[in-house]
Amino acid sequence: MIEINQLTKKYGNFTALDSLTLSIEKGTVFGFVGQNGAGKTTTFSILATLLAPTSGDAIINGYSVVRDAKKVRQCIGYMPDFFGVYDQLKAREYLDFYGASYGIPVREREKLIPQLLELVRLSDKIDTYVDSLSRGMKQRLCLARSLIHDPEVLILDEPASGLDPRARIEMKEIIKELKSFGKTILISSHILPELAEMCDEICIIDHGKLVARDTVYQIHHHFKKERTIVVKVKDGMEQAIRYFEDDPNVKNMKRMEEKNSFSFTYHGETDEQIELIRKAMVANLPILSFQEIETNVEDVFLEIMREVEENEEPLQ
Amino acid sequence: MRSRFNNPVLQKEFKLRFRSIKSFLGIFFYLLILGTLALVFIHVSSEAQHHLYFRPEVSRGMFSFLSIIQLLMLLFITPGLTAGVISGERERQTLNILLTTTVSSFSIITGKMVSAISYLLLLLVASLPLYSFVFLFGGVAPGEVVLVFLIYVTTIFSIGSVGVLVSTLIRKTIASVITSYAITLFLTIGTIIIFFISMGTGLFHPSSNHALPYIVASFNPIIALYSILESDFLFYAGTNSWFNFPIWIPFLCIYLFILIVNTAVSTWKLRRGK
Ligand SMILES: Nc1ncnc2c1ncn2[C@@H]1O[C@H](COP(=O)(O)OP(=O)(O)OP(=O)(O)O)[C@@H](O)[C@H]1O
Ligand SMILES: [Mg+2]
Repeated sequence: MIEINQLTKKYGNFTALDSLTLSIEKGTVFGFVGQNGAGKTTTFSILATLLAPTSGDAIINGYSVVRDAKKVRQCIGYMPDFFGVYDQLKAREYLDFYGASYGIPVREREKLIPQLLELVRLSDKIDTYVDSLSRGMKQRLCLARSLIHDPEVLILDEPASGLDPRARIEMKEIIKELKSFGKTILISSHILPELAEMCDEICIIDHGKLVARDTVYQIHHHFKKERTIVVKVKDGMEQAIRYFEDDPNVKNMKRMEEKNSFSFTYHGETDEQIELIRKAMVANLPILSFQEIETNVEDVFLEIMREVEENEEPLQ
Repeated sequence: MRSRFNNPVLQKEFKLRFRSIKSFLGIFFYLLILGTLALVFIHVSSEAQHHLYFRPEVSRGMFSFLSIIQLLMLLFITPGLTAGVISGERERQTLNILLTTTVSSFSIITGKMVSAISYLLLLLVASLPLYSFVFLFGGVAPGEVVLVFLIYVTTIFSIGSVGVLVSTLIRKTIASVITSYAITLFLTIGTIIIFFISMGTGLFHPSSNHALPYIVASFNPIIALYSILESDFLFYAGTNSWFNFPIWIPFLCIYLFILIVNTAVSTWKLRRGK
């Protein structure tokens, strides 16, 4: 559905996007994660035909964003990270204007507008002036607007930014609903956990480069290789720590004296972990509990970023 | 194919423009200023003549006076009305979204321009009753009135297209407005200065190119208007008979050309920002 090929964007000497290559299947909800300035908005602007790439190309639905911009526009719905609305237009007129901009006939527009407003839960605001809507409502209205020509691909740049938790949940639900319609959806965010809840696949970009790309499941799994383990002992903490530190798979030992516990990260396979515990029992260490801490996606993200900085080489 | 006359941008602009109270206040003050100046003119000229009754010469003088005042007002309003149309949408962050729709750049540019110009045309139409004295007291040929309005329409289209172009090229509305006024000022006052300088050198060097002052003057709407009002202000720039026609004719051609070029460049540049 979307083929991004060696996409590069330079602002003068500064490379904002560096040979990004990606392919995204139809019907996928695909997340772009990256810190501020990573190049997410740049990528999305190129895909939305707003920005010409310095080199490379992206093919959406068979059309090149460079050569067939007008055809691309017909099959994408774009929601920018920051956007304004026209004062003095009511929600209905706002949608009607964009509908007309896509060349949709009046009758069809009249039918579509209530449906779209219902989808984004704004039916009661149809005759409200858009500038009097709340931030979250405007965001949802803008999402409805991006759907007016029934595009196959949605490009949503930080759709949940600036929203309160409740509004975020609403936005997530709407996106889930859109996914069920079979739309291919690109979402950017700098918050990985949030994306992980909505997306099938995620890529991480940093300094304009693709750092990692995987399914949400795989990303979790990949970092399951490194588990954080907390051990609580009755007494003899030093002895226990010495025992675990002897294992080459144990790193980052941290003491929590007041709780009589310590934690470490374990890099071994699961079988090795079983063996480690078994031997600890045999060695008669006074262990009260042995607990694996669930790594959350946020930590995974930070971990990937740390590795990238250490290796200067993308892992994949 | 979408109908060319069914321009969504134009429709939206109309809706917004005529929904705003500012537009009506604008018409009101425009007429107020024009009407006040007309009354002042009547008062001054009747005092100078020591009688109140209105003769064709006075009527003609009044016509010339009103026509020039109206042109100056239009020249003053047009850049302000057009220089923000694109940069303003950019600043309000509504342009990006519009550019991702399939609406053509030409529709956006012409929609914005025609909407602003329609408002100026409305001002012109609203000012028509002020000219009724011309038909009551005579002194002016109907053809002249038509020509004067032709100069107005051409001027607002052309200067309007300058505003739209500058607004497309310059991101900040304030900078765009200043640039548009600077260009307008150059076309109205700058060309008069160049005109006199080139006339001066032309007079002192009869062999030099006599066309220059004529060409420079052809860029100036005030001179073009004046050439209609004062047909004895025949401006033949020396002896060259090739230039032996009134200056408003080349003026109309040049301004039409400016309109076409500006519209084309604006259309081309709109989706090719940085
Ligand atoms: N018009 C521009 N001129 C020069 N540099 C730019 C321009 N637009 C973006 N950049 C630079 O390109 C880089 C990528 O910016 P981009 O907006 O794509 O980041 P982002 O991932 O969307 O970040 P954020 O999370 O802050 O939205 C940044 O370093 C930014 O400074
Ligand atoms: Mg961004």
